[in-house]
Amino acid sequence: MKIGVDKKTRRLAPMSDTNLLLTITIVVFFVMYIAAMLFIGRGFLRVQTFFNILNENAALIILSCGMSIVMITGGIDISVGKLTALICMSAAVNLDYHGGSVMTAVLLSLAIGLAFGIVQGALVAFLDIQPFIVTLAGMFFAKGMTTIVNSTQFNVQNEAFVALKNTRIYIPFLGSVNRRGVFVPAYVEIGVIVAVVAVIVLFFILRWTKLGRSFYAVGGNPQSANMLGINVRKTRFLAHLLCGLLAGIGGFVYFLHVGSGAPSHATGAEMNAIASSIIGGTMLTGGVGNIIGTFFGVLSLSTIKNIVSLLGLDDAWWTNITVAAMICIFLVVQSIVLLRKNKNS
Amino acid sequence: MTIAKTGEAGLLKSGRIFRRQIFIPIAALLALVLFNLITDPSFFEINYSLNSAGDPVLSGYLITILDNASELAILAIGMTLVTAASGGQDISVGAAIAISGSVILRVLCGDNPRPDEMQASILTAFLVSCVVSMLFGAFNGTLVAYFNIQPMIATLILYTAGRSIAAWINNNRLPIISDPSFGYFGSFLPGIPIPTPIFIAVICMIIIALVLKFTTLGLYTQAVGINPHSAKLNGINPAFIKFITYVIMGLCVAVAGFIKVTRFSTINYSVVALDIEMDAILAVALGGNALSGGKFSMASSILGAYVIQFLTTTLFKFNVSSSALPAYKAVVVIILVVLSAPAVREKLGKFWKSIQHARTGKEAA
Repeated sequence: MKIGVDKKTRRLAPMSDTNLLLTITIVVFFVMYIAAMLFIGRGFLRVQTFFNILNENAALIILSCGMSIVMITGGIDISVGKLTALICMSAAVNLDYHGGSVMTAVLLSLAIGLAFGIVQGALVAFLDIQPFIVTLAGMFFAKGMTTIVNSTQFNVQNEAFVALKNTRIYIPFLGSVNRRGVFVPAYVEIGVIVAVVAVIVLFFILRWTKLGRSFYAVGGNPQSANMLGINVRKTRFLAHLLCGLLAGIGGFVYFLHVGSGAPSHATGAEMNAIASSIIGGTMLTGGVGNIIGTFFGVLSLSTIKNIVSLLGLDDAWWTNITVAAMICIFLVVQSIVLLRKNKNS
Repeated sequence: MTIAKTGEAGLLKSGRIFRRQIFIPIAALLALVLFNLITDPSFFEINYSLNSAGDPVLSGYLITILDNASELAILAIGMTLVTAASGGQDISVGAAIAISGSVILRVLCGDNPRPDEMQASILTAFLVSCVVSMLFGAFNGTLVAYFNIQPMIATLILYTAGRSIAAWINNNRLPIISDPSFGYFGSFLPGIPIPTPIFIAVICMIIIALVLKFTTLGLYTQAVGINPHSAKLNGINPAFIKFITYVIMGLCVAVAGFIKVTRFSTINYSVVALDIEMDAILAVALGGNALSGGKFSMASSILGAYVIQFLTTTLFKFNVSSSALPAYKAVVVIILVVLSAPAVREKLGKFWKSIQHARTGKEAA
């Protein structure tokens, strides 16, 4: 860097793209939530509302983490939504019709997720087929297989599973006083714990392990990564494998939340996951992204949905239009910020 | 389209046919035709009969394929250009079709969802929907070209909001047009035995062929797709070329939406043209076009669209339920893309060469 640079450049320069976008996301989330508390009040003043957002989106958080990893390596995986539906259906059929236990259902979910990850990863990494087409085929396959496994919706009756589904973990010292003046502690479901653990583990993997750093290197510039001695194909394969595994975990968490199998489950989850990743500052071109950002991306997306429905704009189209507008604003802001930054440096 | 014409024999000899772009859709089509010939030759029967209105019509699986693939073929035209110029795909076409269909019905019906007669001429409605679709295309194009947002992400916005906007245009009502002349465009013109959508698709293909032949659009799109920077140095405005391909995509969407609406004379916002964007992208990929942009072959893409419809119709014929259909489609798609993967094609080409060598060796001996 030259010595004579102006103040602005010097202030911006130490911040990498990843951190800059992450900061924007977190600030926007808090501003939005605090504004909702101030101007809407009602539900947003209760602690449980926040934890409900977590409860409902635990699966989406896990799916989005997988999506972010694939996106960081410069790929995409649009099969995760339908894959979740397939996992729900398979696990439900296993529990209720084939006398499976919760353990076999978990193993089955992970196995399906891993199988998809391995096949898609191999096709993308070793045969050089575009990730979009491979995972598109994966999406079609999962969609069709779900109805082949079972074509109707049904609720799972298995007692051990229902008990697990209804398990609530109470958070000490947090809660709100209801109308009768009784203190109701806030709770989360098991899925949230899984999601938070996944976010923390992945954050550490991406930041401090060789594998994590090679994801960024491959996504940023595959040729230079290759020259640095990183096995590009293997890294891409592992990214898809990890995404498949996370889809397996996320699929079971989703199943744990809804407790039923249906072909229409998790419709559009892949697009929500992509949207969350983008809001969280991951770029589709690869090399830029952060798991913490993705986590806040999911929270922002669902907060805005909650705000829209609390405002009484309950007509079906408002939610979609606001979410789209939000993605649009985020994209334009990101693009302007990055363009200006590139010009400055 | 950019490949020089060589003798068929020369192609076979050098094993170059495996590397030619249009080889993939043709091979897929031949495989499907062969499969149907073996299992049930009656697949190719075409019947000539009178329909309920007393007009002579052609029917049969082949006609169904040509008829139903019309929208997809038209979308494939736009998708090919978008892919070539911007190196990404427009995933909003399904939602955009819902919007354009909704606009047509809104213009024709006015405020009354069940009008006895249409409030405007069909041409007016179509032109209005063209303008609206091109505006939405321009919106996508602006995000992609001027804000440098990846196409898939930029079009994700319209993908999310499109069907909601379509419902909002008609206040969430489902208008039905009872005038039979509206339905002519989606089925048969009186007295003509061939379905009208086929004519519309053919007209679109002729137009795009003329445009590619007599304007520099094709050349500029490829130049921008291969390297926007050097295109700029050569005096092309990459942003504008990208922008214009999205506007053309909007026009294709309007035509496809028009066919979709006239088929049923009504619209269902949440299911009309559902997942058609995936099929359109698939058509481009099956045509052997790189989804990362650059060179393209329009003929291959359009043929790819017909291959997809051929596959769908074949599966329907074997009583595969429509909800299970995607699984079979996925298997076929995977086989096709694996066969057309560069690594595999290279091996195939070498294999072909070694066969040729063995044969010439024998002849010499």
